[in-house]
Amino acid sequence: MSDDKNDPVEIFRGHVELDYQYTAGVSASRFLRAVEQGKFLGQKCPVDGRVYFPSRGSCPMHAVPFGDDSTVELPDKGTVVTYSIVRVPSENIPLELPYITVQVLIDGADTALGHVLDANLDDVRMGMRVQAKWKPKSEWTTSMANIEYFVPIDEPDADYETYKEHI
Amino acid sequence: MAELTAVVGIGQTKYQSKHLDHSMPSLVRVAAEKALADADCTWADIDAVILGKAPDMFEGVMMPELWLNDAIGGAYKPMLRVHTAGSVGGSTGIVAASMVQSGIHERVLCVAFEKQSESNATWALSISMPFSLASVAGAGGYFAPLVRGYMRRSGAPEDTGIRVAVKDRQNALKNPLAHLQLEDISFDMVANSPMLWDPIRYLETCPSSDGACAMVMESEALASKRSNKVAWIHATEMRSEPTQFSGRDQVMPQATLDNSKALYKKAGITNPRKELDCAEIYVPFSWFEPMWMEGMRIAPINEGWKMTYEGATALDGDFPVNMSGGVLSSNPIGASGLIRFAEAARQVRGIADAHQVDGAKKALGHAYGGGSQYFSTWIVSSEKP
Repeated sequence: MSDDKNDPVEIFRGHVELDYQYTAGVSASRFLRAVEQGKFLGQKCPVDGRVYFPSRGSCPMHAVPFGDDSTVELPDKGTVVTYSIVRVPSENIPLELPYITVQVLIDGADTALGHVLDANLDDVRMGMRVQAKWKPKSEWTTSMANIEYFVPIDEPDADYETYKEHI
Repeated sequence: MAELTAVVGIGQTKYQSKHLDHSMPSLVRVAAEKALADADCTWADIDAVILGKAPDMFEGVMMPELWLNDAIGGAYKPMLRVHTAGSVGGSTGIVAASMVQSGIHERVLCVAFEKQSESNATWALSISMPFSLASVAGAGGYFAPLVRGYMRRSGAPEDTGIRVAVKDRQNALKNPLAHLQLEDISFDMVANSPMLWDPIRYLETCPSSDGACAMVMESEALASKRSNKVAWIHATEMRSEPTQFSGRDQVMPQATLDNSKALYKKAGITNPRKELDCAEIYVPFSWFEPMWMEGMRIAPINEGWKMTYEGATALDGDFPVNMSGGVLSSNPIGASGLIRFAEAARQVRGIADAHQVDGAKKALGHAYGGGSQYFSTWIVSSEKP
């Protein structure tokens, strides 16, 4: 960090690379195969019936596995439970600033999903009804990035009481 | 019954954006040597060493405790690394105390640090995971939606966060070790700073700091012989919960409510607002002051913002919070929790200089981390329990 080549080096920027082999696992693989077909799968806890979305194999509250019969198909519509407008760049995030991050409670699910929303910055609000905007079918892979973003839909806002426990 | 334990030495580096004058080993060494000097000890007097820091991915040095062991005097001594995300500094203090409380050691040294100038925390916290869409930008991106949830449920005035940000930076001006020294800090300056992660403004966030903090703790038998003031540890508590489960209250997690309840029970405290003289609380984004006033049961649920608004948490208020300037003024992440614990101890030892709360006898140190899921707290006092 010095202009003079005779000054000692105090700090320099290096590059470290690590390659990982990532295995999704049984439950996430089933979920991602469905996303590849344009479908949302959740899993119902056998103890309290709460639906986890994305499905995750086991219940963190009751420490029980979700059996094969626990899978439920869900719609691609939901409610914005909370949000933020992000104006800070981050190297790992390819989105244009500003963008809206949302926690969406998919209809029929009991856990919220983090994604992005394409809407007028002044319009976004808690309780807003939204739906997934899928990429063209030819681009679908086993990734939640198949959904380009969520978009507002013409439905009355959800009542705060119906989603407040998911914030 | 655990052995009574006391903090007898505290050492901190200056907190600043770049410590080009120190490598990581020399940074932790400086804090450790200051703590030893304060405790009037030498390296030979230390039985064991505990090191804490936030995720290794920040600096890209895996298991740095092995590399730093010589620098913190750990050669041929028991050494333990602690890691509980952002709460790690607090957990490090608690683990160190447990080494004495359990009767295993008589005197231990703990050190916690972060060298953010050699790392990129926002990058490390914005990991692009396979099969998903990366959208959460750093800690601010994670916590902003939760702050919005708190604003909605509490009905707190929108300028509550601005008031916390001004108050903590004013306190920092009284603490020469604090990183941010904003002489002209004002309500308008914070209000007009850019929105980064709406509703969190630039000046409502913590800085990126380099720094280290260290403490020496010892048994009652040793600490009782000292003529100078020590900080007696009345209670410690750690609680955690999973990041995601259905019905999880992310704004007011069960783990924080359980933590505060258990802590006060151990300390014999029934009315924390009256019985504690002051607190150092982990507030990396200004709105977390009112949120954790509630989480620590110092204010009723949804009313924490009133303490900020009424000036109760100011240095001259009836319940001063973050007298040192807090995380909002200095954030060497891995050390930030231990600094809260150390600053609570400084208050009850009466050695907090210009940010001393007059007559402070009992103080709370607090840290949290992860997705508001790890909590570490302690209560220290100038008197034995």
